[in-house]
Amino acid sequence: MKIAQDSPPVLSALDRPNSYIGRSVPRPNLGRLTQGRAQFVSDISLPRMGHVVFLRSPHAHAIIRNIATSAARTSPGVIAVVTGAELAQVITPWVGVLTHLKGIKSAPQHAIAIERACWQGEAVCAVVAPTRAQAEDACELLEVGYEELPAVTDPETALDPGTPVIHPDLGDNLTFERVHVAGEPDRGFAEADAIVETTFVFGRHTGVTNEPRAIVADWNPGEQRLTVYQGTQAPHMMQNLFAKHLGLEEHQVRVITKDVGGSFGIKVHAYADEMAAVALSKLLKRPIKFVADRIESFVTDIHARDHRVKARIGVKNDGTITAWEIDDLTGIGPYSVYPRTSGIEANQIVNLTGGPYTCPNYRARARVVFQNKNVMCQYRAVGHPIATAVTEGLVELAAARIGMDPLEIRRRNLIADDAHPSSGPSGIKFEALSHHECLAHLDAMMNYAGLRAEQQRLRAQKVYRGIGFASFIEVTNPSAAFYGVGGAKISAQDGVTMRLDAQGAVICHTGVTEQGQGAEAVIAQVAASSFGVPIERVRVITGDTDNTPYGGGTWASRAAGIGGEAAWQAGKALRRNVLACAAPILQAKPDDLDVRNGAIVDRGSGNERLSLHELARIAYFRPDTLPPDFQAELVATRHYVPRKWPFAFTNGIQASYLEIDVESGFVTLLKHWCVEDCGTVINPQLVDEQIRGGVVQGFGAALFEHCVYDERGQLLNGNMADYLVPMAAEMPDIEVGHVVTPTADSELGAKGAGEAGTAGAPGAVMNAINDALRPLGAKSLTEMPFTPARVLAALGKV
Amino acid sequence: MSERFHDICLVVNGEELRERVDARTTLVDFLRETLSLTGSHVGCEHGICGACSVRVDGAVVRGCLMLAVQCDGTRVETIEWIAETDEILDLQRAFIERNALQCGYCTPGMLLSAQELLKKGGVPSRATIRIHLSGNYCRCTGYQAIVDAVEAVARERSGGRASE
Repeated sequence: MKIAQDSPPVLSALDRPNSYIGRSVPRPNLGRLTQGRAQFVSDISLPRMGHVVFLRSPHAHAIIRNIATSAARTSPGVIAVVTGAELAQVITPWVGVLTHLKGIKSAPQHAIAIERACWQGEAVCAVVAPTRAQAEDACELLEVGYEELPAVTDPETALDPGTPVIHPDLGDNLTFERVHVAGEPDRGFAEADAIVETTFVFGRHTGVTNEPRAIVADWNPGEQRLTVYQGTQAPHMMQNLFAKHLGLEEHQVRVITKDVGGSFGIKVHAYADEMAAVALSKLLKRPIKFVADRIESFVTDIHARDHRVKARIGVKNDGTITAWEIDDLTGIGPYSVYPRTSGIEANQIVNLTGGPYTCPNYRARARVVFQNKNVMCQYRAVGHPIATAVTEGLVELAAARIGMDPLEIRRRNLIADDAHPSSGPSGIKFEALSHHECLAHLDAMMNYAGLRAEQQRLRAQKVYRGIGFASFIEVTNPSAAFYGVGGAKISAQDGVTMRLDAQGAVICHTGVTEQGQGAEAVIAQVAASSFGVPIERVRVITGDTDNTPYGGGTWASRAAGIGGEAAWQAGKALRRNVLACAAPILQAKPDDLDVRNGAIVDRGSGNERLSLHELARIAYFRPDTLPPDFQAELVATRHYVPRKWPFAFTNGIQASYLEIDVESGFVTLLKHWCVEDCGTVINPQLVDEQIRGGVVQGFGAALFEHCVYDERGQLLNGNMADYLVPMAAEMPDIEVGHVVTPTADSELGAKGAGEAGTAGAPGAVMNAINDALRPLGAKSLTEMPFTPARVLAALGKV
Repeated sequence: MSERFHDICLVVNGEELRERVDARTTLVDFLRETLSLTGSHVGCEHGICGACSVRVDGAVVRGCLMLAVQCDGTRVETIEWIAETDEILDLQRAFIERNALQCGYCTPGMLLSAQELLKKGGVPSRATIRIHLSGNYCRCTGYQAIVDAVEAVARERSGGRASE
C-alpha cells in the first residue's frame, strides 16, 4: 500500500515532543463513514416532520399570473400549500451586494418567487406533506398561469440597448464592472517583439456534490427557538441570515452541521429554497425537511465559471513578457447570490491574472451581467482556474510564437524566490512564494527532458502526445478583506475552545467545519501537539453554533491555516492553565514543568510527575486540597485572524501529459504532476489528497463538465447521465510534490491547499492539448470543455 | 387502488421482515425511510452515481433502479450489515489508512463495488480496478487513493502474488 510518507521533520517551535505536525495521521471521523453509520442531513428525521417539495418555473423568464392551489390542498396527506406571497409574511427578501465591490447592484430576491420567475428552476410554490412522495403528488395538481417573457441568455448582448432589462428598477443588466490599469500596458505592447491575442471561453459548470443540498428546520414556538440541521460550510453565517430574515435574534437560532456529502463551495451560500424551508417551519410550527433531488440540484445549486476572456500578451524575443491585457465578460443569472455576491469571481480574475510573473504592465476590465439562467457564484478555487488558464495559455502561446521552451519562458519571467515581499500586476501582495523552486522540483519529478524525447519519438509513429504546464497562485487564509470589509457578517476569525475532561482527555470545540477535507483531523493533530497529549485523547466538536466558538467555517482554504492556528494557541493556553494547577500539587514552578504524552513531566528530564487524569481528579473533585487562593481553569479559548497580510498566497506548478486520438478527438490523460507550497504541512496525506481531488475537479472543467443552455434559457443536460463528471477509468495517477515556505503571520505557518489543484489543472490540460496538436497545424483550443467535437473542429476534420 | 400496495417478505441484514410497500417505492427509499437504514445513499436517482448500491441475493445492485416490491423473497444486505459481519474489515481499514474517502457519501457504494471485484480473487491491474469502479462517482478524492486502497487489499488477500 502506498501510504503517504511522513514528511521530514522541520525543526521549529512546532517541534514539541510527541508532535503530530507533519504526520499522516488517519482522520478520526472515517470509522462511521466506512460503516454506514454517518449522519448526513438527508438521513435526519424528526417527529411531526413535513417534507417540502417546490414547484419550479419551467420558463427562464415569466410573469406568474395566478396559481390554482385547491386541488393540491386536498391531495392525500397535504399539510400546506404556500405561495411566495404567503411565505413573504414570515421571511424578508435579500439583496446580494457588498460595499467593497464598488457599484455592484442586484434586485431583492424572495424565498419563493412572487409575481415573476427569473430562471428555469426558480421555486414558485411550496407543498408540504408527511412524505416527499405525497408532496410531489400534490405538486402535480398545482396549476400556474404563466405569461412568458423574453429571456436574456447571451452575456455578449446583455448590455445592448435592444435587450430587455431583467430588473427595470436597476436601469440596465450590468451587475458589476471593474477596470484596472497598472504599469504602462501601452508601452509594454509597443516594446514587444510579438503580441499574441486570443479569446478564452470557460463553460458554465457546477459542483455536483454527491449529497444534494439538504436542510431540516425545526421552529419550536414553546422555546421560541429555531434549530436548523444543514449541510453547510458556514454555520455561523447561516445563523445570522436565518435570524435576520425571520425577525429573530441570533441566540434564537442554532445551526447544526453533521456529516456533509461534499461541498466545494456549493454549500456556502444562502439558497432561496433552503430559506423557504426554514420559513415554512416558522409558519407551520413543525419540522420541515428539504432535500434537493438531482434535477433540482442542477437548476438551483450555484453554477460557476461562465466567462469569456479576450486576452493579449506582449513578449520580446528573449522571452521577456512586456504586457498583459484581459477583457472578461460573465453572465451570473438574474440575481447576485447572497450574501457573498456574484461579483467575486470576476474580481478575482482581475486580481489573479499575471500573478506569478514580474511583468507589471497590465490592463484589465471585467463586466458581470444579469441573465435568465440559474445563478452563478463562488465554487472551489473561485476565479483561479480562469485567471490561471488565461495567464498560462498566453504564456505558452507566446513561447510557441517566439520558439522558446515553455519552462524556459517561465524561468525568465516568474517572480524570483528571493524577491519577496512582492506584488502581482493587480497590486496583490505576496509574503513569500517559491515559483522557481517548485518549477525545478517539477522538472526533475516528471523527467521533463525524457518526456519530450518520448513525445518526439512517438510523433514519428503518428501518436500525438502533449505536455502542458500551469504555474499558479492560490488565495488562502482570507482576512476580513475578503467579505467583512464589504459588510457581510462572515467571520474571518475563528476560534478553538479546549477543555480537559475529568479523565484527562481533551475536548476541542472549533468554529471550522468538516466536509471531508480533514479539518477534524488537522485540529486534533494541532491540539494534541500543542497541549501535549496522544491524539487518541482528543475529541473534536464542529458544526454547532450552540457549542463552538464563533467562526467562519470551512471555505477559501482557511480551516487548517486559521482554525489550526487557533487550536495551536488554545493548546498552549490550556497547557499553561494545567501547569498552573499542577505546580502547587507538585510543589514546583510552572516553568519547570511541561505536558507531554498525556502527563505532566519535569521539563528538563522529561520524567513523569503526574498524570492528566490525576490532575483532573484533584481539580474537579478535590479542589479543597489546592491552595485557598487558587482556582483551576481547565478550559482555554483562543481565536485567530490573519493580520499582517490580507491573504496567505500559496503557489505551485502543475504539468499535464496526455494523448490525443486525432481520428476521434478523444483526449486521454496519461499522467499529471503538481508541486505546491502551502507552507507548513500539518498532514501530508491530507494535503496530497486535497491536491488530487482538486486536480480532478479541474479535469472535469477542462474536458467534461458543461451546463448546456439553449437560447431560451433551458438547461438541456441537467442530470448525471448527460452532465459528465470525471469517472475512475478516465483519471490518471497524479504525483504531488511539496516546497515548504511557512507564513510568518502565524506560529503554525500553515497556508491552505484546498483549491490549488482546481486552480491549475484546466490550464495545464489546455496547454498540453495545444502542445499535442501544434505540429498538426491545428487552431489553438481555448474553449472549455475540450470535447472530442471541439478537438476535431480544431483539426479541421468536422 | 388495491393493486398499488403489496405485501412482501424478505430478509434484510439477516432479519426476516414482512412489509406492505407502495408499488412505486424504490428499494433505497424503502431501506432508508421505512427501515431507517440510512447507510445507503441517494445521489442521482437514476442509476448513474452508485451511491445507493446494495446487495440483493449477493449481487450489487442500484437501490434507486430496483423497486422494493421486486425484492419479495430476496435477501438484501446493506453497508451497515456488511460492516457488522466484518466481511470487509480489511477494505475499510485500507480506505481509512489511505484516506480513500473525504466526505464519505459515496463510500458505502464504493466499498460494495470494490468488494465485488475483490471477491473474484487475484490482484487486478489498476486499470481494471478503475474500470470496475467507474459506476461509482466520487467528487472528492480524484479516485487514486481508492484505487490504491483496493489494490493493497487485493495484494494482501492473495498473499502478495503477482498482478494479473
